[in-house]
Amino acid sequence: MTDQTTQPSVTSPARASKGGMFGLSSKDTTLLLVVFAMVVLAPFILNPFPEGSGLAQFNAGYPDLMQRFVIFGIFAIGFNILFGLTGYLSFGHAAFLGVGSYAAMWSMKLFTLNVIPGILFAVIVAGLFAAAVGFISLRRSGIYFSILTLAFAQMSYALAYSVLTPLTGGETGLQIKNTDNPILSNIPEGEIGRANLFGAQMGNSYEMAVGNWLFTFNLGYYIAAAFMLVAFYLSIRIFRSPFGMMLRAVKSNQQRMNYTGLTPKTYTLYAFIISGMYAGLAGGLMVAMDTQVGPERMFWTASGEVVIMTILGGAGTLIGPVLGAGSIKYMENILSKINKDVLHQWFAFLPDGLEDAVVVFADIFVGKQWHFTLGIVFMLVVIFLPGGLVEGAQRITARFSRKKSSNNTPAE
Amino acid sequence: MSKSNFTRRGVIKTGALGAGALALPQYLRADGHAGFTNAPGDSEVVLGFNVPQTGPYADEGADELRAYELAVEHLNGGGDGGMLNTFSSKVLDGTGILGREVKYVTGDTQTKSDAARASARSMIEKDGAIMITGGSSSGVAVAVQALCQEAGVIFMAGLTHSNDTTGKDRKANGFRHFFNSYMTGAALAPVLAAQYGTDRKAYHLTADYNWGYTTEEAIRASTEAIGWETVNSVKTPLTQTDFSSYVAPVLNSGADVLVLNHYGGNMINSLTSAVQFGLREAQANGQNFEIVVPLYSRLMARGAGANVKGIFGSTNWHWSLQDEGSQAFVRSFGTKYGFPPSQAAHTTYVQTLLYADAVTRAGSFAPCAVAEALEDYEFDGLGNGKTLYRGSDHQCFKDVLVVKGKENPESEFDLLEVVEVTPVDQVMYSPDHPQMGGADASLGECNNGA
Repeated sequence: MTDQTTQPSVTSPARASKGGMFGLSSKDTTLLLVVFAMVVLAPFILNPFPEGSGLAQFNAGYPDLMQRFVIFGIFAIGFNILFGLTGYLSFGHAAFLGVGSYAAMWSMKLFTLNVIPGILFAVIVAGLFAAAVGFISLRRSGIYFSILTLAFAQMSYALAYSVLTPLTGGETGLQIKNTDNPILSNIPEGEIGRANLFGAQMGNSYEMAVGNWLFTFNLGYYIAAAFMLVAFYLSIRIFRSPFGMMLRAVKSNQQRMNYTGLTPKTYTLYAFIISGMYAGLAGGLMVAMDTQVGPERMFWTASGEVVIMTILGGAGTLIGPVLGAGSIKYMENILSKINKDVLHQWFAFLPDGLEDAVVVFADIFVGKQWHFTLGIVFMLVVIFLPGGLVEGAQRITARFSRKKSSNNTPAE
Repeated sequence: MSKSNFTRRGVIKTGALGAGALALPQYLRADGHAGFTNAPGDSEVVLGFNVPQTGPYADEGADELRAYELAVEHLNGGGDGGMLNTFSSKVLDGTGILGREVKYVTGDTQTKSDAARASARSMIEKDGAIMITGGSSSGVAVAVQALCQEAGVIFMAGLTHSNDTTGKDRKANGFRHFFNSYMTGAALAPVLAAQYGTDRKAYHLTADYNWGYTTEEAIRASTEAIGWETVNSVKTPLTQTDFSSYVAPVLNSGADVLVLNHYGGNMINSLTSAVQFGLREAQANGQNFEIVVPLYSRLMARGAGANVKGIFGSTNWHWSLQDEGSQAFVRSFGTKYGFPPSQAAHTTYVQTLLYADAVTRAGSFAPCAVAEALEDYEFDGLGNGKTLYRGSDHQCFKDVLVVKGKENPESEFDLLEVVEVTPVDQVMYSPDHPQMGGADASLGECNNGA
């Protein structure tokens, strides 16, 4: 009915005020630069403890986890565009992550081992799939929408697990095999191809030793990080654009939008597709960094995880989802590896009886019980910091700065 | 499209950061190493134990971890030495591996291939693990095995029964001690023929995933070879908990044997449901109706309770075995933990010992040297009798145990009894067997990594 829909993704620079770069306001530019610095310097920031010390257990600066931080960051940023702005809670976003992964995998198996076409293919396929799912699911809102997306995701999971086994490899998933010979890559007979960027392999790392510290700079991480920075930048532009304003309008009052002559569904559909493409990008990157994909990537718990990431970090904020994704992946990978043995080493200085007691108590929160710790943290955040970790950070800054000006602006 | 607002300050800021980023590589140094990934130092060596600590197979994972801890203790000279005393190879002397003390790190696979790979990668990249072992599902085993191949470390598979692990997905850096679907079929069929006759009609309920498919294929092939007929085969969703709708049609299908290609909780539920429908007492085609469960584990038997009585299946190892090796293992495991080990614990314990032994015999931790030492290696005294680690597919060949649920169990661990030990010759197959990926399957080149 209306032609408003023809230009939904306008990213007008009009709002960019003085002092910033890249068409952003100075505040957003600062945020982008801070994120940029953190991402580039992550190998240092995440490895604060020297090798061999007891605290080295808490170091997170190894390639796999750093890659996961930025990849799940992208996933959560995309999810936040839908959930944070429109308020539509998709409970099946992992389906797009999985579809993107399978698409990238097939691109690498058949076409080329270069990661760029694979990632682009992943984004496109996930976008198309999101368009189809969104078109149907967005006929409803609220809990019905959530259930519909959940149903689609579980359907995709079940299909990938069994019915589509020839396409998805079923339970064992897909890998690059020595029988795969992509048409654009020359692989010697019998050799297993590896994902690369114009010949440079994702696993390539340089290690830098400074005293007892060891820092790892991994090519795959920096490629994923570059995509994450672009994704983050685009998300800022979307948040600040008229399109982003429309999405907020969907959240605040759909009826009023209707009466004004705007069709909310078109905007939410675009947001759904964009957010699906972000998930596809994350899925494609996962395959690029670690050439394997299995169906459990689409399981409902994976969809739930991105919801938790976003809420934990701060839904509707720019940086929140990235922080949330980082915290969860940190707990999953670091806390879960602390076993009783490690605890005994840490508390060895205590007298025997006390040591055992402390270890038994601490063991409740680490190792296989890391889900329990995650649950506690999540509850504490939701109860005391409804705005997520971002709100926590803001409260701390507010306490230390005398200016009380930003108290009335929403967390962003 | 967008107006770029270049300001002097902005350009300087961006430029400085960019220059900093570009200057970084100058500080980088090449990794000093001995020609393979994670070469250990002079005093200690790190092994990675990657087992499910949460999720459906957490029980098996916990038992695997106990066995690993026991193996490390024995390798470092602690405890009573367990199977080190009965192992046919005598190079391990309780001083660690090649004089280095054995340390270990643990991780949670969650029985998801993504989580398992993440955890294995952190062990390799962060903790410097030289070998990864564990797992309680074939999907995870195949995923982690491929990762280890890529990273250039050895993978010693834990509990994985699907043909694919050493079949179409076999890898030069991966090794499996556990038996597989094909062996189950080959070992069970003669026993079933002897017990139930050769004129039987089978109905398969198969868990709808990779392991279910290979198991059904194996059982069908071997039972059809002895004259059985397969009436029908129905796939059941892995997440199914109520099997009544799948069991109900079985009685009127003309079948007189029900084969449950299910594992873990699936098997517990489907068997319980079959027993509740009275299949055990039923008659069909003038014969007693029978149920078969191809892969048994003690944990499953415990879950299914009295329903397992008299039901045939196969298992890799059972603690009631009377050979010296098994007894030594059961004794040291029992002393440490107070109950007998499961087959998952046994296979992981043995795998750790075999790895340590291969490193010692090779005189090197380099994966290719270790692989060479394991290939076509024959050993004894580890609970399964004489065993061969075949070089062409890295699968262990040993006798297979056919078991049945005990009629009068004496304890909660004493649920299965060994009916027959099928000799290894009967379960042998050629490496290019069609069920094992055919002629296409190959190990590829072994990888020492960076």
